[in-house]
Amino acid sequence: MNHESVDVVVIGAGAAGMAAATRMAGLGLQVVLLDEQGSPGGQIYRGITLAPLSRRDLLGPDYAHGNQLAQALTSSSVRYEKGASVWQVTRDHQVSYLREGHLYTLDAKAVLLATGAMERPFPIVGWTLPGVMSAGAAQILLKSSGLAPSEPLVLAGCGPLLYLLGWQYLRAGVTIKALVDTTRPEDYWRARRHLLTALRAWPYLRKGLELMRSLRSAGIAQFTGAEQLAVEGEEEAQALTFSVSGKAHRIATRCVLLHQGVVPNIQFSQALRARHVWDLDQLCFRPVTDPWGELDVPGVYIAGDGAGIGGAQAAAVQGQLAALGIAARLMTIGTAERDEQARPLRVQLESSLRIRPFLDALYQPKEQNRIPADEVMVCRCEEVTAGELRSFVALGCAGPNQAKSFGRCGMGPCQGRMCGLTVTEVIAKARGVSADEVGYYRIRPPIKPITLGELAGE
Amino acid sequence: MRTDPLFQPVVSEARATRSVSLTFNDQPLTVPAGISVAAALLMSGISRFRATPVSESPRAPYCMMGVCFECLVDIDGVPNRQSCLIEVADNMRIRSQEGARDLICQPMNVRTVEVQS
Repeated sequence: MNHESVDVVVIGAGAAGMAAATRMAGLGLQVVLLDEQGSPGGQIYRGITLAPLSRRDLLGPDYAHGNQLAQALTSSSVRYEKGASVWQVTRDHQVSYLREGHLYTLDAKAVLLATGAMERPFPIVGWTLPGVMSAGAAQILLKSSGLAPSEPLVLAGCGPLLYLLGWQYLRAGVTIKALVDTTRPEDYWRARRHLLTALRAWPYLRKGLELMRSLRSAGIAQFTGAEQLAVEGEEEAQALTFSVSGKAHRIATRCVLLHQGVVPNIQFSQALRARHVWDLDQLCFRPVTDPWGELDVPGVYIAGDGAGIGGAQAAAVQGQLAALGIAARLMTIGTAERDEQARPLRVQLESSLRIRPFLDALYQPKEQNRIPADEVMVCRCEEVTAGELRSFVALGCAGPNQAKSFGRCGMGPCQGRMCGLTVTEVIAKARGVSADEVGYYRIRPPIKPITLGELAGE
Repeated sequence: MRTDPLFQPVVSEARATRSVSLTFNDQPLTVPAGISVAAALLMSGISRFRATPVSESPRAPYCMMGVCFECLVDIDGVPNRQSCLIEVADNMRIRSQEGARDLICQPMNVRTVEVQS
């Protein structure tokens, strides 16, 4: 196994990771940036350095913006390692990863987790069928391979990414059969108290409104306030069924794209035993940090959506703030200089987060799509339904970790990534306690799959 | 099982300049270079990537970003590979993963015996 000492290891080359690594290199630190993908960009700017111009144009200006971050990274002294699967980060800053079948370990003075977000699970009947995908997955196929559904598709759920994908598909000439929106009138009512703040983020709001207008004027069938979503099919998806104000609908399609927002990817911060809290606005766990993104694990920082959903712009700023925090910790800059350099960044951060409370309130995922009915599969890997989970609770199962011994829930290859939040919320509701009290799975390395042969350094 | 591909290149997409040849369950496929195995299979009409170990129900990629582990396939004899994270390469032998996996390594001095089930 290869051992090496470096100043800082950054994990994840998305908006936060690229910005942080570049800034730290500029401050004279020796930085290694590890990323699982084959090119920088993370998910939001996936494939940005490789995408042909026509595709960049199709995806829109916000995507193209990622190229600036990628170019700054490329021209910096950062050692960027692609195709690196980090499988362990320790509390004393040791980072182990697998790359092209070989194991490497870096001993760092500080570690920055920039592992971003993942889509919130959307547990409904039939969501495991081939042909059902998250909207983010379909967008990744578009960004990285220029692929789109070949047949009229159905978009279902709520949130900016869903509408953005619809807009991108329209530009690509892809046929959308229906937009089945779960947003209800009372959501606008709930969001209205954040409208004034949101109006101060007018460019973002205007973009959103234009997007929605283009979807409407394209003549796509639109349903709002959709409930009881379910996918029909035996071997693959055949139709999406749902109801609006008690009236049942069925739309035949081979392709259902689901989305109800994104949540922090907390695999590493959980495995490090950092303190997490349940975010009541975003309905997910997020790690607790200081103003520089440092966890309650000294020298381990987190920036970007992994620390709470703020979007790509905020992530790039948070990455730079963490960079300053780390530089001060490693005494490359003094605290006065850190604070001085941080001042404009804090202003930018405040401005790029203005739209968030409005979005969080308006597109808050519906309880029935987070805490599903008994027949719905919660743990996709081990095929445990919400009903089975509730029967475990009736037998005395108090939390996600006990659910493993009751019925293997969360013990499959995804290590609970796809069911963790659902399991917490189902148990909390069944027990009548808070999500904080129920807690989350105890995550242990290896965070990514690794063979025994690889581990033995064959 | 091949059906009409669920995904295809969008109109504005130029034809790939390079392509690679690989097999899925012994069936030869030619796909653009530089894309993920999962993307390649989806555009080749593969709608089912594996069957689950528990109930052998069909699965296909859900997240395309390494989170869901639904796209697991066997690549060149190594099972449980995340096909959304691996780039296609010439002569790759890809197999769907049917139910529970077998152990891949067997000591050379142990005779393997066919068991009728």
